[in-house]
Amino acid sequence: MENIVIKTDKLTKRYGDFIATNEISFEVYKGEIFGFLGANGAGKTTAMRMLCGLSTPSSGHAIIAGFDVYRETEKIKKNIGYMSQKFSLYEDLTVLENINFFGGIYGLSNANIKDKSEKLIDQLGLQKEAKKLVGALPLGWKQKLSFSVAVLHEPRIVFLDEPTGGVDPVTRRQFWDLIYDAAARGVTIFVTTHYMDEAEYCNRISIMVDGRIEALDTPRNLKHRFHSESMDDVFFQLARGAKRGD
Amino acid sequence: MAAIILNDVTKVYGKEKTVAVDHVSFAVEQGELFGLIGPDGAGKTSIFRMLTTLLLPDNGSATVDGYDIVKDYVRIRSRVGYMPGKFSLYQDLTIEENLNFFATVFGTTIEQNYDLIKDIYVQIEKFKDRRAGKLSGGMKQKLALCCALIHKPSVLFLDEPTTGVDPVSRKEFWEMLKRLKAQNITIVVSTPYMDEAMMCDRIALMQTGRILSIETPQRIMQSYPLPLYAVRADNMYGLLKAMPTFSKTISSYAFGEYAHVSFREDVDVNEVTGFLRQHGFSDIDIKRTNPTIEDCFIQLLKA
Amino acid sequence: MKQFLVFVKKEFSHVLRDRKTLLILFGMPVMQILIFGFALTNEVKNSQIAVIDYAKDETSRRIIERIEASRYFETEKIVADHGQIEELFRQGKIKLAVVFPQRFDHDLFHQNKAQVQIIADASDPNTANTLTSYVSAIIQDYQSGLTAGQSMPYQIKAETRMLYNPQLKGVHNFVPGVMALVLMLVCVMMTAISIVREKELGTMEILLVSPFKPILVILSKAIPYLILSLINVSTILLLSVFVLDLPVNGSVLLLFAESTLFIITCLTLGIFISVKTNSQQVAMLISLMGMLLPTVLFSGFMFPIENMPVPLQIVSNIVPSKWYYTIVKSIMIKGLGFSSIWKETLILGGITVFFLIVSLKSFKIRLA
Repeated sequence: MENIVIKTDKLTKRYGDFIATNEISFEVYKGEIFGFLGANGAGKTTAMRMLCGLSTPSSGHAIIAGFDVYRETEKIKKNIGYMSQKFSLYEDLTVLENINFFGGIYGLSNANIKDKSEKLIDQLGLQKEAKKLVGALPLGWKQKLSFSVAVLHEPRIVFLDEPTGGVDPVTRRQFWDLIYDAAARGVTIFVTTHYMDEAEYCNRISIMVDGRIEALDTPRNLKHRFHSESMDDVFFQLARGAKRGD
Repeated sequence: MAAIILNDVTKVYGKEKTVAVDHVSFAVEQGELFGLIGPDGAGKTSIFRMLTTLLLPDNGSATVDGYDIVKDYVRIRSRVGYMPGKFSLYQDLTIEENLNFFATVFGTTIEQNYDLIKDIYVQIEKFKDRRAGKLSGGMKQKLALCCALIHKPSVLFLDEPTTGVDPVSRKEFWEMLKRLKAQNITIVVSTPYMDEAMMCDRIALMQTGRILSIETPQRIMQSYPLPLYAVRADNMYGLLKAMPTFSKTISSYAFGEYAHVSFREDVDVNEVTGFLRQHGFSDIDIKRTNPTIEDCFIQLLKA
Repeated sequence: MKQFLVFVKKEFSHVLRDRKTLLILFGMPVMQILIFGFALTNEVKNSQIAVIDYAKDETSRRIIERIEASRYFETEKIVADHGQIEELFRQGKIKLAVVFPQRFDHDLFHQNKAQVQIIADASDPNTANTLTSYVSAIIQDYQSGLTAGQSMPYQIKAETRMLYNPQLKGVHNFVPGVMALVLMLVCVMMTAISIVREKELGTMEILLVSPFKPILVILSKAIPYLILSLINVSTILLLSVFVLDLPVNGSVLLLFAESTLFIITCLTLGIFISVKTNSQQVAMLISLMGMLLPTVLFSGFMFPIENMPVPLQIVSNIVPSKWYYTIVKSIMIKGLGFSSIWKETLILGGITVFFLIVSLKSFKIRLA
């Protein structure tokens, strides 16, 4: 039986007259890799912020990791992980210091942190870099490290906001290896991306246009529905008619 | 005379002497649409900055339109168009004001070269009184392109113009670039997106300061050395773990819905299917596939 | 030339469209003048004092009357004894107490010698001194009233006159100081930040890769702030003349000319900072720490330079605002002409030229 970790019902966010997110309803299951796509200005970021407990919805409901998005935002925050391109780790702290810091924030015990950081460094092959400042690492390693830190506390759901920008194809795939690994352990992955081939790595995808979810299905089904060879084309067909953004 | 020539150019940064550009040489012909393809840290921006005379190389030499980048920088600066990353425009000036400003800086007017930018400008014209800071990524991009073109440069340098922009706008942008070729402007573009490489006349694949390959996209794909197959099964992650254990596999990696697997030699599809079924996979689909630029890049990286 | 004007126009757009900063830049001088003029003052008025009159005779009563009539004091109590005085001081209810001993009258007229005790709360020494001297002045005054007309042998009379500022109005000190401060702030900090912002945004790169001479970029940024500052100078002068009652005793034209020079000095300093820094935050910090703070401390506006140890006095000589402050005071308050301030003008000019040359030499036409 599927375990539902995210459930929204007509979730809406209004800024004055402008409806950024317009009555979106969907479910995400445990261990799923869920792709949340949409053009800039479609309402993705607004929606994500509500799901993370960072912004209060204007109307509608949502249950994240079993907690209500209006009343239990603090509990939500304790049970999720978050990583974005803009910020993830402190550049002027070392790898180890970052792990210790975030481990502390997530409320892990010192023994637990020590154990996990050893495993993490091993898994990423960062033994020689453990005492180096994160700012000195190449982008690809930073990204992989950020993700690992985001799931350090084994959250129910991890939200990834455009996590793989600007790295080479090999590094990107290594990053997705980490994601697959986490999903296999039961962590639900909620990811937004601009790379359409990454959309294909997801179990299911939703595409937002002008604040609404215009499509939600597996990549394969979407391609059948839109008679396309690639997600690129599906996206293009859906997003081209968008009024917002351009 | 080629529009751009680099000869053994090297650039080193900082006390640790990080090598950003490592003895790079290549040439770009007049009117070519040339792509610098590579991830962050490949050296693309450093090369741009040297060619636009903003940085001095530590070694080697280069010319743009026949002018030396060190000695004749004044000449180069008045004839090239340059858009650094992040669409550096004036956020609190309107579209029209930005365009006017850049035109005047280069001693020309909007009217003088309007036909050059017309195709692009009409798409944003109705917003011409809107401040640049309030534009979407796609519109900023178009404005940035207009501002770089307004003085009819002989060479156009665009540093990651499509980064952070949605796929629809990216596609449109490259269409615009292709139409510009008709004006015989040499265009050098950098991008981390492999699929955009297909749109260029020739590309240079770069990684950590070195050039892995310079060729037309077609030739690069044709020179992929091994047979490549697209394999699909019900569990992608498991598939990626299982494929390397097959005796004939050289490499396997995710590629969207399918995994791309390169084998030592041509394989019998049934053989692979059988192997996968043995490992408990179902819903299997295998077919020969043509390598894309990304496949070539991955293969060159591993070499 | 046309290109230069286009640049200047762009810079004006930037400045005018940044509403919040604009409010501060124009509003600040007005606020400061009003605050300094009305609210803050070195004068001490309406201080609470107490009087103990053990004598209770005619002379003491007369003197007490005068004290009560003075606007500097509010006579809190006329009390009976010392014990209460101590309690009032402890509670902070009074700042000063005047004690007339018994037989004050008698001592004064029969023995030609009488004493009055003045006790002051010296936890604030400045106020204590001031109040003490007020009371002494009142007593002195009374005394000279008594001896009026009589000549005493070998008397040396000290006559005091407060030149230029007979009422000892604090405002005379502050207006020139505010002018120096405001000009420093606007011209140094805003110019520096504006130029560095171009570097941070990346637009400086585009400007460099163009036929436009980069030095003109910098100059075009200075011009809006020049105009803005001249407007500020006018505002400050108007306010001080009409609202604070502080006239300009000397030539207004000379004042504007010297102000323009000082503005240019500050702009040059702003440019110098921008050439040397790459981040807006650093530019702002250097402007505040390196320029504004010395202006406040060393220009002579808050603290007299003559009171400082010699090394610091030497330091104050390189703070441009010190010279400007002197110049403004000379013109506004002393009403002097150019012949008195040519030395200071020359020094300001010298500082400007020096920093201009250094900035030009350090200006980078490349990124690194």
